[in-house]
Amino acid sequence: MKSLDPRPSVIEERLKKVKRIIAVTGWKGGIGKSVTACAMALLLAKKGYRTGLFDLDFAGASDHIILGARGLFPREEKGLEPPSLEGVKFMSVVFFSENKAVPLRGANVSDAIIELLAITQWGELDFLVLDMPPGINDAALDVIRFARKAEVLAVTTPSVIARDVLARSLALYRRLKVPILGVVENMAAGVKPKGAAAAIRRDRGLEKAIGRPSALLKTAFAADLGRALRSLGLL
Amino acid sequence: MHEWALAESVIKTAVEYAGAEKITKLKETGVVFGELQAIDKEIFIFALEELRTQFPAAKACKFRIIKQPAAFRCKACTREFTLKGLKKTKAEAEFIHFVPEMAHTFLKCPGCKSPDFEIIAGRGVSIKYMKGSR
Repeated sequence: MKSLDPRPSVIEERLKKVKRIIAVTGWKGGIGKSVTACAMALLLAKKGYRTGLFDLDFAGASDHIILGARGLFPREEKGLEPPSLEGVKFMSVVFFSENKAVPLRGANVSDAIIELLAITQWGELDFLVLDMPPGINDAALDVIRFARKAEVLAVTTPSVIARDVLARSLALYRRLKVPILGVVENMAAGVKPKGAAAAIRRDRGLEKAIGRPSALLKTAFAADLGRALRSLGLL
Repeated sequence: MHEWALAESVIKTAVEYAGAEKITKLKETGVVFGELQAIDKEIFIFALEELRTQFPAAKACKFRIIKQPAAFRCKACTREFTLKGLKKTKAEAEFIHFVPEMAHTFLKCPGCKSPDFEIIAGRGVSIKYMKGSR
């Protein structure tokens, strides 16, 4: 027989008690996916939902910076239990990289994702937010393969480039029958664009709140995102 | 006890594979332990024993551990090398234990110092064979 990889067999089990999985995606870099994913997780947790956040952008992991996660490490208990931060169970490759570069080729990224999905014990969650890396790559394909109940929340910006890339990504998700929860336009001038569920205005105060979850929740960005999430029926 | 999660994946896969292959009595499963991940055999076996109760089809199955040395091939200079002699701290070894791909963060090719190498053998846990009766 051919050698068998046993890890995929338990991934469904690990995600069994997770009610909803939201993949925050957008395919372009620098459009605010990570801040959106982090703020969304914080807003959901603040509302009382049991929430997890998994930073799947291994090359550019940044959720730990946005959340100000320092001195945290998963607890070993029949796998790894993610540490909790402001009520959000948080998992990231940075726990294992000492915040150093993680130079992985595609197959390695996939292996690392499968490993973490197989050993992470999320427990009971109302929401698991996945912060996706830009592009359609191993992380995106693995989420489609293993997190079958994942719904996509797409982030875009007013840029023609971001919108064009977004249109292609949405067409693919539709073809793959991945549910699309909605589109939020980040860094917007204020008017909700056609086709988007909500607009998040450019917030010049956001940078100062990075690393401080309580300050992040008080930003205009979080207020706009909260409205967007309410319009999508998540909050 | 992160080994427990991997042990669960092994016993679940063995039982599912046996079912698909119509093996009614699973007698032996060969489990490869890649040197890079440095799985603790005692903890792993302990976990398997505990898990047997949840997987009756594996009740009488013997799990044979096969240790596989790690081998790497550098993508930059094509040199092949082993784990022996590669420097890593205790903490780095622990991180690689959890996620073997962290080898690319903490280890480098002894020839050209590149982190861009392929793990050609001995990465982690896999199932090599299964024996049983139909």
